[in-house]
Amino acid sequence: MKMNGAQLFVKALKEEGVDTLFAYPGGTAIDMFDALYGVEGIDVVLPRHEQALVHEADGYARSTGKVGVCLVTSGPGATNLVTGIATANYDSVPLVCFTGQVPTYLIGNDAFQEVDIVGIVRSICKYAVTVRDRKDLGRIIKEAFYIARTGKPGPVLVDIPKDIQLEMGSDEYPSTVSIRGYKPSEGVHVGQVRRAMAMLGKAKHPVFLIGGGVNISHAQKELQELAERTGVPVITTIMGKGAIATNHPLYIGNIGIHGNYASNKAISECDVLFSIGTRFNDRITGKISEFAKKAKIIHVDIDSASISRNIVVDIPIVADAKTAIQTMLENITKPEIGDWVKEILEWKAAYPIQMENYKGMTPEKIIRKINELFPSSIVVTDVGQNQLWTTQYLELDQNRQLLTSGGLGTMGYGFPAAIGAKLGNPDKDVICISGDGGMQMNIQEMATAVALELPVIICVLNNGYLGNVRQWQEMFLDGRYSSTCLKYRRRCGRDCADPDKCCPPYTPDYVKLAESYDAKGIRVTKLEGIEAAFQEARSNQAGPTLIEFIIEREANVLPIVPGGKALSDMIMDC
Amino acid sequence: MKKRWICLFVENQIGVLTKIAGLFSSKAYNIDSITVGETEDQTISRMTIGLTSDDQTFEQVKKQLNRSVEVIKVVDYTEIPTHMKEILFVKISSCNREDKEEIFRIANVFGCTVTDYDKNTVLLECTQTEGKNNDIIRLLQSCFPNRIEVVRGGNVAIEAVSRKDNS
Repeated sequence: MKMNGAQLFVKALKEEGVDTLFAYPGGTAIDMFDALYGVEGIDVVLPRHEQALVHEADGYARSTGKVGVCLVTSGPGATNLVTGIATANYDSVPLVCFTGQVPTYLIGNDAFQEVDIVGIVRSICKYAVTVRDRKDLGRIIKEAFYIARTGKPGPVLVDIPKDIQLEMGSDEYPSTVSIRGYKPSEGVHVGQVRRAMAMLGKAKHPVFLIGGGVNISHAQKELQELAERTGVPVITTIMGKGAIATNHPLYIGNIGIHGNYASNKAISECDVLFSIGTRFNDRITGKISEFAKKAKIIHVDIDSASISRNIVVDIPIVADAKTAIQTMLENITKPEIGDWVKEILEWKAAYPIQMENYKGMTPEKIIRKINELFPSSIVVTDVGQNQLWTTQYLELDQNRQLLTSGGLGTMGYGFPAAIGAKLGNPDKDVICISGDGGMQMNIQEMATAVALELPVIICVLNNGYLGNVRQWQEMFLDGRYSSTCLKYRRRCGRDCADPDKCCPPYTPDYVKLAESYDAKGIRVTKLEGIEAAFQEARSNQAGPTLIEFIIEREANVLPIVPGGKALSDMIMDC
Repeated sequence: MKKRWICLFVENQIGVLTKIAGLFSSKAYNIDSITVGETEDQTISRMTIGLTSDDQTFEQVKKQLNRSVEVIKVVDYTEIPTHMKEILFVKISSCNREDKEEIFRIANVFGCTVTDYDKNTVLLECTQTEGKNNDIIRLLQSCFPNRIEVVRGGNVAIEAVSRKDNS
């Protein structure tokens, strides 16, 4: 049978099991939307901005493990995807983004809404391609899904010119894939695993350093068994948090520039650092030459290019985290580590992460209340202090998951990603934790959440500042708050005369803003109001609830390792 | 830092050269030279890439190339016996009779061909190693300052058939 390209596109989505499509129409995508009209089994979601659209697909993908699928038009529709694609790329999130394109005979003519989107995204995605021949369409879509979800997952972009969408051709959608330049690594080198386990077996002060790769490969159960059978303490990166329950006796905490004292100290003191699924990003290592100086380093990663790039490794293992851990369990060794865990736990007890220096309603109190009230939930953060506090205080286990833009650090990610997560997990509580800065970057998605009747709870931690940058200005730039005050109005003058004494009222009024979208808005100013607000939000199942928490204006995220310093140089207090 | 050579097999498609070049520039690796051409299989292009780097960077370059979907095979030509040649054209202008005689002698000694000439101008074609072409350019520059025009084709390389060591 013959069908046109747009119909084959829809058939491909069905064959790939796509149940949710994040899509914004336009001139060169209109035929694909027409083919989608009335199709059963695919929920076509209309966001209010294409950047939010990708984050929604991203949140959906991270929380379900499925591929997030996007459809937008050419030109501005396509360029609005860029930030979201880069966000997904850094955090290894499987996405397939379809972009409409001007007809092939107009490509290169500077036609209306023509951009070379493949050229633009080339360095920020796993693969991007323009379909130039109708007969290649099915194969290319098949390959796109395969590339996105296998190996180290990532975003793939498929650009489909309008004439290809309309051209009649075969209705065949291939069932197999063979790409000669793409063979994701399968299995693991058992000899390397044995060498690594032998090295671990001789260690006196070993630690596991766990990155996002363990969460992506769903190896949480295996990791817990590995930790318990070896007795080796577990430290995570931000992306690795939740790979083992945060209340597990062997879990120490996060490392990195906002990691806890015990974790950073343990990394600095360990003799074998067994890392799985992390790329040793600079936010994790601090000053490279001082990182884990006493340790032999074992590194498991699915991406060979991540190995010995930032940190020179003694034993490299290229493998999927789950496969590697399963093989480790088959070759288990148990090192004699004496009081090592006890020692680390003493550091942890002596220098806990806390915000006791601040009075009243601190982010710590808000997040601990979420721990208490929402045991089965997906918590999605934006970027900045709201994110760092969440990664410090949120407790995770197999029932509570954290989504955050760890690699790219994209403000505006949180709220749309929460919408995507809720669409993929209607039975879970989905809570977005944002700041007052990032919330404004995709605030228009309130309309999407209201339209879809999604009971997402949005916590805006409002301190009236771009708080993370402000904190750096306070600590490292003599308090020169350059462009970070969100209460600023021109009448304040160039220099802030008296912070927080005679400030103009904050804009927008988040409660009224939520109400204008037909959502519920609640403002909380006191510690005692936190629980009631969450209960009220939870009882509102008709749509989103925004809770604005007015928090201390100049609260800081501590500890902190200043830029360029070693992990051991962390500042505990200021 | 050391001179390295990579032989790269890629999909013969629009945008693949940009992808490879972009990969080098986005990671701040420097390409010394790059040549591209179709192979006996029309769907595959072959590149010969020369770069100068330390060991660690070179390892990264190879890994980054390998992880690109469009790259079919990466072969390190740095340490293995290869045949490697570069085509070079040099045009020397404002030549008198003596100049021409000197150019012909140089061509003879260096194994270049006089491809074309007219009353005042001579065109030399040299298919040599990159190093030898450098020598020829240097010599012609010193003999005929400001009168030469140079175009270089970049290196192409193929694995040796009989030689087993890289001498």
